[in-house]
Amino acid sequence: MRMTVFQQIITIAICSLGTMATRFIPFIVFPADKETPKYILYLGKALPAAIFGMLVVYCFKNVSFTSGSFGVPEIIAALFTVVLHLWKRRMLLSIAGGTICYMLLVQLVF
Amino acid sequence: MKNKYIKALKAAFPHTLPILTAFWFLGFGYGVLMNISGFSFIYPLIMSIVIFGGSLEYVAVNMLLSRFAPLQTLLMTLIIQARHIFYGLSMLNKYKGKGLKKLYLIYGMCDESFSINYTAKIPEGVDEGWFMFFVNLLNQIYWVTGSTMGGILGGFLTINTKGLDFVMTSMFIVIFLEQWLKEKKHYTAVIGLFASAACLALFGAESFMIPTMISILVLLTVFRRPIEKRGGFA
Repeated sequence: MRMTVFQQIITIAICSLGTMATRFIPFIVFPADKETPKYILYLGKALPAAIFGMLVVYCFKNVSFTSGSFGVPEIIAALFTVVLHLWKRRMLLSIAGGTICYMLLVQLVF
Repeated sequence: MKNKYIKALKAAFPHTLPILTAFWFLGFGYGVLMNISGFSFIYPLIMSIVIFGGSLEYVAVNMLLSRFAPLQTLLMTLIIQARHIFYGLSMLNKYKGKGLKKLYLIYGMCDESFSINYTAKIPEGVDEGWFMFFVNLLNQIYWVTGSTMGGILGGFLTINTKGLDFVMTSMFIVIFLEQWLKEKKHYTAVIGLFASAACLALFGAESFMIPTMISILVLLTVFRRPIEKRGGFA
């Protein structure tokens, strides 16, 4: 049974409001004009590096290491990105290089 | 005065180039999916404006095709988007005193905008608030135009773009590396990597994010003293 247009609007509105809740909550709970608890300030500084680690893993979540190409093209392209970045330290170059490396691997090799 | 905005826009644009590629590609894919699922391009257009969260928008395609289930929709939304709470906590200080545009900075804080705005070295003489504002705005423009184009063109366009989605992965790898090179100690980066990898192996791709967030919070809290004592970040 398909939704009515009104139900679709409600569904989209819920997605929007839910998303905004997760984005606005920290700023509402800890307003700028009040002193933020030390623990929260600590989290604010300790979290980013952990988050970036989490986002890297998140990108690999659908890669199968037990079937198909066993994640080999992903690993090669990731290592290529790391080496290129450590060598040249130019963000756009490393990102473009890693992506092209991956595209060549999945289109021509694997 | 006008100069201030142009300067910030010019400084922000190069940082958003990888996102331009990624969002046009992924946004287009999302628009095509909506199109072949029988929705007008108005849907991806509006959803990209009011939600602006890629993974949720992809999931929402299925939601819209299923029976009306508001409570389940809300729950899924909160689970998929919960990580934004972490971004907000990290941005409490940076967003301080940014005036009215702070509202849009929070509204448009997707993974990519957060990552760029947290790590970018903003050149001297460029207004930090407007720089971050334009990073958000450009990213959202890319996402909205990409998904709308996909919604209009549908399955019409076929070029061999296989593997282009890796641009997102390599961007997050580079951002992770930059943060790693900036920090002297790497406790929190290692905690993030291993907690997520362990949870992914344990809970699987569909449901590992919430356990990951909880374990990162627990580990950071339990090891707060040693981490702070040894100057575990900055």
